[in-house]
Amino acid sequence: MLPELGQFALIVAFCVAVVQGVLPLVGAHRRQLRWIALARPAASALTLLIAVAFGCLTASFVQNDFSVLYVAQHSNSLLPLPYRVAAVWGGHEGSLLLWVMMLALWMLAVAAFSRQLPDAMVARVLGVLGLVTAGFLLFILVTSNPFDRLLPGAEEGRDLNPLLQDPGLVIHPPMLYMGYVGFSVAYAFAVSALLSGQLDAAWARWSRPWTTAAWVFLTFGIALGSWWAYYELGWGGWWFWDPVENASFMPWLLGTALVHSLAVTEKRGSFKNWTVLLAISAFSLSLLGTFLVRSGVLTSVHAFATDPRRGIFILAFLVVVIGSSLVLFAWRAPKVGLGGRFGLVSRESFLLTNNVLLVVACASVLLGTLYPLVIDALGLGKLSVGPPYFDSVFAPLMIPVLFLIGVAPFARWKNASIAELSRTLRWAFVSAAIVGGAAPLLMGEWKPLVALSLVLAVWIVATAGLNFVVRVQSTRAGRPFMAACRQQPRSFLGMHLAHIGVAVFVVGVALVSGYQAEKDVRMDIGDTVEVGGYTFRFGGVRTEEGPNYTALVGDVELQRSGRVLRVLHPEKRSYVSSAMPMTEAAIDTGFLRDVYVSLGEPIDRARPDGPWAVRVYHKPFVDWIWGGCVLMALGGILALSDRRYRLAARAAAPVAGVADQAKA
Amino acid sequence: MALILGGLAVLGVIAALVLNAFQSNLVFFFSPTQVAAGEAPKGKPFRIGGMVKEGSLRREVDGVTMRFVVTDTEKDMTVAYKGILPDLFKEGKGAVAQGRLGDDGVFVASEVLAKHDENYMPPEAAKAVGDAHARALANKAAVEATAKTVRQ
Repeated sequence: MLPELGQFALIVAFCVAVVQGVLPLVGAHRRQLRWIALARPAASALTLLIAVAFGCLTASFVQNDFSVLYVAQHSNSLLPLPYRVAAVWGGHEGSLLLWVMMLALWMLAVAAFSRQLPDAMVARVLGVLGLVTAGFLLFILVTSNPFDRLLPGAEEGRDLNPLLQDPGLVIHPPMLYMGYVGFSVAYAFAVSALLSGQLDAAWARWSRPWTTAAWVFLTFGIALGSWWAYYELGWGGWWFWDPVENASFMPWLLGTALVHSLAVTEKRGSFKNWTVLLAISAFSLSLLGTFLVRSGVLTSVHAFATDPRRGIFILAFLVVVIGSSLVLFAWRAPKVGLGGRFGLVSRESFLLTNNVLLVVACASVLLGTLYPLVIDALGLGKLSVGPPYFDSVFAPLMIPVLFLIGVAPFARWKNASIAELSRTLRWAFVSAAIVGGAAPLLMGEWKPLVALSLVLAVWIVATAGLNFVVRVQSTRAGRPFMAACRQQPRSFLGMHLAHIGVAVFVVGVALVSGYQAEKDVRMDIGDTVEVGGYTFRFGGVRTEEGPNYTALVGDVELQRSGRVLRVLHPEKRSYVSSAMPMTEAAIDTGFLRDVYVSLGEPIDRARPDGPWAVRVYHKPFVDWIWGGCVLMALGGILALSDRRYRLAARAAAPVAGVADQAKA
Repeated sequence: MALILGGLAVLGVIAALVLNAFQSNLVFFFSPTQVAAGEAPKGKPFRIGGMVKEGSLRREVDGVTMRFVVTDTEKDMTVAYKGILPDLFKEGKGAVAQGRLGDDGVFVASEVLAKHDENYMPPEAAKAVGDAHARALANKAAVEATAKTVRQ
């Protein structure tokens, strides 16, 4: 019964979404107050309906209802409960439902936290979101219904892909989707600005927190995915330039550009058109990502069953959304205007340069991701673009970006002076050059690329510190230094925290790619191998039973200068239901390095108690990569909690209340 | 004006660098039949794919180098790979390898691509085998047609 209820809720939700997508938009255009007032209740109803559908599917999974096709394909009665819940988004249909669920949550948040916005604006934003939701609901209902029955029901389910049975994967998709989908809010704000022709500092102040929130989720989501790939896939890599990874990275790059250009639009009223275009592009790339990942044109862990109808539907949806937004942009952008002018050397021009570089980086990733698909679609052969392409394009583009991170906060708006900037920053630059340039010597070998990266990382940290001190001094007004520190706005602190996160990330990437060591070796019981100053002693492999798998567990002693640090237990699992083998690496995590062991295969297949092929890694500073991402995201959260967003809400609330009364 | 020209010049240089890096990092795919016909580039990495031949997987004496045969059912190709094969690598299943062709005709793989699901066949491998099948069918038809004409 529950699946039918869920299906029904989805159908009703589609109807509500269409209403929400049409009436408030028309109402805002014709100034029909009743139609405008429809937006908020419609959004609440829509969210409720989608939540009911999502709950029904979750319940089917929890109850092991294998008469539902989707459940039978992605779950199993042996599967532990948390993974049964996570299995809801373990396949194509459910992950789309999750997508829509996230969209509904964003919509609800907009409806709830928009009291200070003009009602017509809210109606437009919610209307656009309603249209997007309607598109996705139609997609689910027509091509990917998760509630399809399997009659007669299956005795047992086919189980969740073992790769996905992992805590990281329980939270990675929801995080990533929150980010992806969150850009729909920025998009909706941009479209409503185009529709109304009003794009001012207030508009930018409203869109900023939403964009930052989406960006925070996306940052977390991507970092989680990268961390998962690192410990779960057993290859020790953290980023593969896999098309699916690129699909999430491209919106992130544009989202980062958007966060910065919104700042300029809010403070200076400049970059207006550019900001709108970025918002449209970021969301379009999120949709493109969904298309790439869910249509089956890409093959990877994320791509599920291939069904050409699905691909064509998403492609059509993509064309409609991008096409109509760009037409709207071309038509209305002149009305919105470019905004304020600025000098050749100014904070605006630095931010613009950063923006352009981020967009170029995004375009080069897009080229490398789409080109093989286009060539294949045209029947010109199969090819792939190797990771060296991305590496060799990305690094040179990011060097000026990293340098400018240090300069821009010191530059004045409108007109800055190079002489003044270089006077303020010379000591930061000299110390960065000395510290960063010398630091690689500590690692044993001096490498130019590592040194350059470290110089830039130290530069970012040094300038952030300097900027903080300068600002505190200038706003001190006779108070003690510490008191003035506490008075600094959180958005300012958040910015520097996020920038320091970038520096930490750069340190991690530079050191791990410069100094990691790996060995694939044949190990007999009692054999030792040495990597990165650590000795690994292989103690053989034994069998252990897990809840839904049997594992061969290795004992590997980790030693340093003759002392045993700990015993690592890499596993080779075989899942009962699918007989699929899975490598679980054992990792000793440290602040300055990770030590990583994974089991290959027994040398003689018949004798798993004998010698094995074993892979060992020493990865210096690898955890700084994800640590940097976490700092960036925390910086975003700090900026979100800035007083002025709350103040604006409080100041506007009584006014909105009066307006509501007047209407009633 | 100078600013716009300068900006365009910088973007032009960037575009040239990007496209150059792009050009030199394209990795093409070849089936064992195409490699046997000498279509694959010498001294440049490329990808091959097909089925891993049953009973062809063996381990070299060093304990970490693996050798196996990839076939599109028409032609075979020996592949050597030093390292640990992906979890779902199996004889009789599809596989894709990236590497270079050695002078001895053995394909030295730097990477063997993992499947993420056991029911899944890499599309390149599927295409290689599919093409070979199509050719075999066409050949058979041609032979039968010839036989028919001869009989007549």
